[in-house]
Amino acid sequence: MLKIGILALQGAVREHATSLKRCGAEAVEVKTANDLKGLDGLILPGGESTTMRRLIDTYDLMKPLKQFISLDRPVFGTCAGLILLAERIVGSNSCHIGMMDITVERNSFGRQINSFEAPLNIKDIGRGFPGVFIRAPHISETGEGVTALCEYEGRIVMARQNNLLGCAFHPELTGDQRVMSYFVKMVREAAATRPKS
Amino acid sequence: MGDSKVGTVVVKRGMAEMQKGGVIMDVVNAEQAKIAEAAGAVAVMALERVPSDIRKAGGVARMADPTIIEEVMKAVSIPVMAKARIGHITEARILEAMGVDYIDESEVLTPADEEFHLLKSSYTVPFVCGCRDLGEAARRIGEGAAMLRTKGEPGTGNIVEAVRHMRKVNAQVRRVIHMSEDELMTEAKLLGAPYEVLLEIKKLGRLPVVNFAAGGVATPADAALMMELGADGVFVGSGIFKSENPALFAKAIVEATTNFRDYKLLAEISKGLGTPMTGLEIASLAPADRMQERGW
Repeated sequence: MLKIGILALQGAVREHATSLKRCGAEAVEVKTANDLKGLDGLILPGGESTTMRRLIDTYDLMKPLKQFISLDRPVFGTCAGLILLAERIVGSNSCHIGMMDITVERNSFGRQINSFEAPLNIKDIGRGFPGVFIRAPHISETGEGVTALCEYEGRIVMARQNNLLGCAFHPELTGDQRVMSYFVKMVREAAATRPKS
Repeated sequence: MGDSKVGTVVVKRGMAEMQKGGVIMDVVNAEQAKIAEAAGAVAVMALERVPSDIRKAGGVARMADPTIIEEVMKAVSIPVMAKARIGHITEARILEAMGVDYIDESEVLTPADEEFHLLKSSYTVPFVCGCRDLGEAARRIGEGAAMLRTKGEPGTGNIVEAVRHMRKVNAQVRRVIHMSEDELMTEAKLLGAPYEVLLEIKKLGRLPVVNFAAGGVATPADAALMMELGADGVFVGSGIFKSENPALFAKAIVEATTNFRDYKLLAEISKGLGTPMTGLEIASLAPADRMQERGW
């Protein structure tokens, strides 16, 4: 069975674990660099990106996370996880993991009272996906090699760059497994082409 | 677009789900809010006074001056919560109009209504409410609360009441989960809980909303203890900015909450933190000073 980690420093870890199990993968909580060993893929969940960054630094996880990504293991960032992946963050001189060639704008739909649900049409995934946006960011620029998979009101809210997948909304809070199935398929394909170690 | 919906149950409860495993800190100005954010808080609660100072000041405690809340909202990018008095429809609407991210209908303030809580489902902004047992928890969920916290005994720096409330709620949740469905209506009657909420608990195998610990957390070990007892996260009121070194203390409480079972790490981060806030023995409080009795 595919083993997919969930960065478990803070945020919606349980929901992603449930979703992964429904898609037939094993979910592993990642709190230390050691937990990354033997994983086929990784999810960076929603939560507070500033808090997660703080804890990534405290537990010296930055280097191991970057190494994991550079091995071409698929990584899926949702909401705060998308912010962690982005190379550029509007209004900030620095980034976090910064390995996806995109610019993100934080809280770009407003504060919590503006958080919303809306149906989304996602390229390669399908129509009418229930998008749950909570103080959500959006992708304001994409570099070469990045494919926008979904737009909402003219803003990119989901994109893929090779083995990196990121979305501004929360598929894990819905019962719809299409987005997670798409990621699990990415992980399966990457595992199949990897030379056996 | 016409097909988007704000203030839905998913969006309100989901917001609290994103706070899980985190620490929400009471702050009274922009400077404290920045310290909290830098320490890794997942949100701040903007107040005029922290609970221990509310106790000292006495009199009627109300919603904070909007200037303070605005100042905090401008200072940080993490969510900002604020407190309204129990049943004070207008304070809650004012906070909503200001765009705060979460409202705490809180017993820390003097109640405005001694009979009715707010109908929280009628607001776009989500609410967190205190509870001491499953009856209270389920009634608040029934009214539309999207997040719960134990009441504990605020401003005392004494964890005993928060422990009591967390254990009570979780024991009652376990009981409901293991009951057969034909026993639930009587249980609802005994607890004073809406039947539908108990049914949802049984179906999910847990509370349908996040439940944080609050009311008495004074040290990193206290925060870790509450996580051990099943809290989804921790509110720290007076504990941080009444301690000797708030920045250090705040960071230590965040780390303790994430790694609540890493005892070697807990020992490390508990070293040299300086004096925590002075605690109060619960028995020394006059019944009228017990904030947890507020709410119905």
